[in-house]
Amino acid sequence: MVETTSTAPAPLPLNKRGRGGGRATTRSAGWTAALPLLVFIGLAFGIPAVALLGGAFTANGTLSTANLTESLQGAYLTAMLSSVKLSALVAVVGAVLGTFLAQAVVTSRFRALREAVLTASGVLANFGGVPLAFAWIATLGNSGVLTTRLGLGDLGWNLYSFWGLVLVYLYFSIPLMVLVIVPALDGLRPQWREAAQNNGATTWQFWRYVGIPVLTPTLLGGVVLLFGGAFAAYATAAAMVGTVVPLVTLQIADALAGNVLIGHENVALALSLDMVVVAGVVMAVYLPLQRRSARWLR
Amino acid sequence: MNGAQVEFRGLRRTFGTTVALDGLDLTVAPGELIALLGPSGCGKTTALRCVAGFETPDQGAVLLDGEDITRVPANRRDAGMVFQSYSLFPNLNARDNVAFGMRVRKVPTARRHARAAELLELVGLPSHGDRYPHQLSGGQQQRVALARALALEPRVLLLDEPLSALDAKVRVTLREEIRRLQLSLGITTIFVTHDQEEALSVADHVAVLREGRLEQSGPPAEIYDRPATPFVAEFVGTMNHLPGRLSGDLVEVAGQRLPVHGDRPGTPEVDVLVRPETVLVTPGEDGDALIVTSSFRGASVRLLLRLGDGTEIVADLPGHDAARFALGGRANVRLVERPVLVAARTPAAAAEAVSA
Repeated sequence: MVETTSTAPAPLPLNKRGRGGGRATTRSAGWTAALPLLVFIGLAFGIPAVALLGGAFTANGTLSTANLTESLQGAYLTAMLSSVKLSALVAVVGAVLGTFLAQAVVTSRFRALREAVLTASGVLANFGGVPLAFAWIATLGNSGVLTTRLGLGDLGWNLYSFWGLVLVYLYFSIPLMVLVIVPALDGLRPQWREAAQNNGATTWQFWRYVGIPVLTPTLLGGVVLLFGGAFAAYATAAAMVGTVVPLVTLQIADALAGNVLIGHENVALALSLDMVVVAGVVMAVYLPLQRRSARWLR
Repeated sequence: MNGAQVEFRGLRRTFGTTVALDGLDLTVAPGELIALLGPSGCGKTTALRCVAGFETPDQGAVLLDGEDITRVPANRRDAGMVFQSYSLFPNLNARDNVAFGMRVRKVPTARRHARAAELLELVGLPSHGDRYPHQLSGGQQQRVALARALALEPRVLLLDEPLSALDAKVRVTLREEIRRLQLSLGITTIFVTHDQEEALSVADHVAVLREGRLEQSGPPAEIYDRPATPFVAEFVGTMNHLPGRLSGDLVEVAGQRLPVHGDRPGTPEVDVLVRPETVLVTPGEDGDALIVTSSFRGASVRLLLRLGDGTEIVADLPGHDAARFALGGRANVRLVERPVLVAARTPAAAAEAVSA
């Protein structure tokens, strides 16, 4: 309906200089506002990174690659490979299980269940460190409640092993995946499924051609997040397995503390640099995949 | 493409305590476009979803060319559907969206691309095959959705308020194009809408639903001119409620005696239902009606007048007459001599008609 109404007063002519000045003010105000963050990044990330790089390439007071060479040999290499294997396994298994759990919750008719699972996930995803280790030791350790009651020891169960660590890491990784994937699952519109059905697709075909491709960017992001979380975890493993399972973070701690050999602090820095490189490789694989899977979003 | 006959037979569907369909009986002739019209919650979308297979009725059956398809899974039905909005697969470009059904049926790539191009041409988007849904406007998305719905050459086309998320101008263009396409393909089409203008302008038949039942079904002109019930009269178009008094076959209203059409309530005091365009207004200083408001709509002007006894009446006049009726001026009001519908008296209904 076209109604004849009075028009609003005409806008005042803009003063170009005043407007330009306003923009410049906004820009400098923006930088000022970002300053605390930039200072924090410099202190917490920049300085340690420079120190790490410098230390890793210094042996006996001179520039050298000896630390790096040592960090990629023997027990150190074993620990690095073991860490990568553990993290990759936790990331993939956690992502798959987390996705299924999230889908079950999202499609559930019980809203209370959904809320309960999401709240629990929020808590458990941040449950780590020594308390987590002791919770597991008390439950499934050698003299844990369940181990003794169910006689798991006789069946060959041992929490202080690679697979024990996988289990404990999954304990915080699956909830984290749930938190990551639930918004993406909520974003899958019911119309897409119905439109697919209307075009003759089965449930499986819907997931294959629409559901999974739409989720892929989030799934990939989740896998990388889980990998990073498991790769960098230290306290839980230290409290649980000590040196039984070789992990790169445990080796770094040992080298820094001089538990095994003294004067290995710079090897610890070299190991840290190796970790940075591994993380870089993961990103180098992830980013192109992410870009490819999300090309329909651009 | 051949249109099929669609028959709703005693369809009943409840959701908890809500009755969405309460024994719907309706037959859609082959090749016709029927509009299911009604307020929200009248069951029109549920009826459509029963044809698509997304809802299973508690009772009754849906028949396609005489064959009972009530229990056939949605992915094996011969009906293409266009949803309200955002139904295109976001990860597929327009061409792959259109070709989705053929991909599922394992049609070779070259053939399905050729067919998709043909369909995109048909809906006026020949050069948009490579665009992703988020790169298309709302109207273009619905065109692609239409092409996708037609891709498998279904015998029935189902449109679930496909224009409701679009802006007014695109809505009108697209509904005309849908009609043109439907006529050229001869496909039976069920068009769900709550917009009476949309229903009246494109459909061969309009079926007005109320609380899960069919209130009236007929050609648009019949629905508008001879509404079978006060509900239809009220829902389709704007209606004045004027106090009247029955006497024999006639009803006295605004100083006139008019013949009555349809049922009449038990009491002599009634509301007389009169369309704004059947109210004749002539300017006159000694007129008995006061012009209270006037809203100019381009082609027409809608006046709200207050009669001597306080009754308010809405009148639609040609737009070029607008200047002759000044606010606060006086005018003479007469009703066109034709049969009118009467209903049981409801207080203060005239004011509502103005805001409609």
